[in-house]
Amino acid sequence: MKLPIYLDYSATTPVDPRVAQKMIPYLTEFFGNPASRSHAFGWKAEQAVEEARGHVAALINADPKEIVWTSGATEGNNLAIKGAAQFYKTKGKHLITQRTEHKAVLDTFRELERQGFEATYLEVQENGLVDLEKFKAAIRPDTILASIMMVNNEIGVIQPVWEIAEICKQKGIVFHCDAVQGGGRLEIDMQKFKADLLTITAHKIYGPKGIGALYIRRKPRVRLEAQIHGGGHERGFRSGTLATHQIVGFGEAARLAKQEMATDNERIRALRDKLWKNVSQMEEVYLNGSLEKRIPHNLNVSFNFVEGESLIMAVKDIAVSSGSACTSSSLEPSYVLRALGRNDELAHSSIRITLGRFTTEEEVNYAAQLIKQKVAKLRELSPLWEMYKEGIDLNTVQWAAH
Amino acid sequence: MAYSDKVIDHYENPRNVGSFEKSDQSIGTGMVGAPACGDVMKLQIKVGADGRIEDARFKTYGCGSAIASSSLVTEWVKGKTLDEAATIKNTQIAQELSLPPVKIHCSILAEDAIKAAVEDYKKKRKV
Repeated sequence: MKLPIYLDYSATTPVDPRVAQKMIPYLTEFFGNPASRSHAFGWKAEQAVEEARGHVAALINADPKEIVWTSGATEGNNLAIKGAAQFYKTKGKHLITQRTEHKAVLDTFRELERQGFEATYLEVQENGLVDLEKFKAAIRPDTILASIMMVNNEIGVIQPVWEIAEICKQKGIVFHCDAVQGGGRLEIDMQKFKADLLTITAHKIYGPKGIGALYIRRKPRVRLEAQIHGGGHERGFRSGTLATHQIVGFGEAARLAKQEMATDNERIRALRDKLWKNVSQMEEVYLNGSLEKRIPHNLNVSFNFVEGESLIMAVKDIAVSSGSACTSSSLEPSYVLRALGRNDELAHSSIRITLGRFTTEEEVNYAAQLIKQKVAKLRELSPLWEMYKEGIDLNTVQWAAH
Repeated sequence: MAYSDKVIDHYENPRNVGSFEKSDQSIGTGMVGAPACGDVMKLQIKVGADGRIEDARFKTYGCGSAIASSSLVTEWVKGKTLDEAATIKNTQIAQELSLPPVKIHCSILAEDAIKAAVEDYKKKRKV
């Protein structure tokens, strides 16, 4: 077993060696510009791009013509949200999203508010999920666009986006879904799922960084205002020379994901459940977000009375991430965990462990042992643990906040 | 976060971890910070008959540099008089541990913890 062990698959995944192999010839040998119509170099590249588009479309059961390449999910979300809001702004100016979206959605909404749109940011329930009744209640006659993520990046919960898409369809509201954490991990069928716009990215499904895709529904057709202007590539939705090798990598990653998703998920779920069973034997351990409505890869756990960053330092043989303020430059604890109503202490005490295709049972066992051992050690160091053991209710203590 | 070797040393081998009996007349206890802010330090000093700090203990909930800052000050206060201990400045702690700017508040907390422990002892002994 090689250390450190990578358990941060929601941040990014390694490129599958099979994907990398497929990409290499498109850097050195078939390097043509897919937009070059006058020679074989261009034709070869274009053929590869279209083959990849077919694989990505197949992963979500869409028409290849509904796939537009982007530089990644941040661009995809920007194009979908700004593009639709700006195109449909004469119909209304109200937008709906929710508080635990990724910053690529939240900051885009803030920008649209600066441009004169009005936005509703829905609260989530304690399990991290959007309440459908609250969603319906937020709809106004002038609502033109809603954006709700499929799977939360920090806590892995699966939002009821299928139901929300139906509601939006009935109300004539454009619905965008950020499916970055769901792509290649959940079954997505655009013939059944009524979302108009869907963002996915390659580097969460064992493809390369720097390439993503936006699904744009054709039936009924959704219109967007382009955000990047230039040569009119991608039917005018997104100008810029296509990165053939990246696209080829994304295509191959999508093809493998479709093939292997079911077996991968089953294996990963068993490992995740084993890990949770193991660490939850300790006292004062809390799972953040619903366990039932959750992708199999994610565990987000708060170890009460232990601060997240010091825990991450202690378990440096495993690569995980934390909702603690101390790992962020802003010194604010995770806004996602706070949105669940978790108190700041538990938000500071959280770590996110995300498993993936290359995670082994041996690694998970090692991680569980290491976490248990280090949590115990840090609790011995923690005045809060000592007070808890003395039976003091920490909520009654007058703290000098700083 | 890239920490200095000194922070990592104190974090991995913290000095003087533990607790003294709070009610003991020779003990001063300082507890600063708040769980909601992500760090709480408890620093205790044991004062000898000569008015010098004989020993110190700490427990800290917080990030690596908070733990290192408190571990360091338990070493520094030993052998000092109460007034000498109270002159330890956060800048000295930050410099010794080469704390990055975003972690300066940890050294401020350690300075406050010393002052709080000294205050507590003085209040107890009415000196």
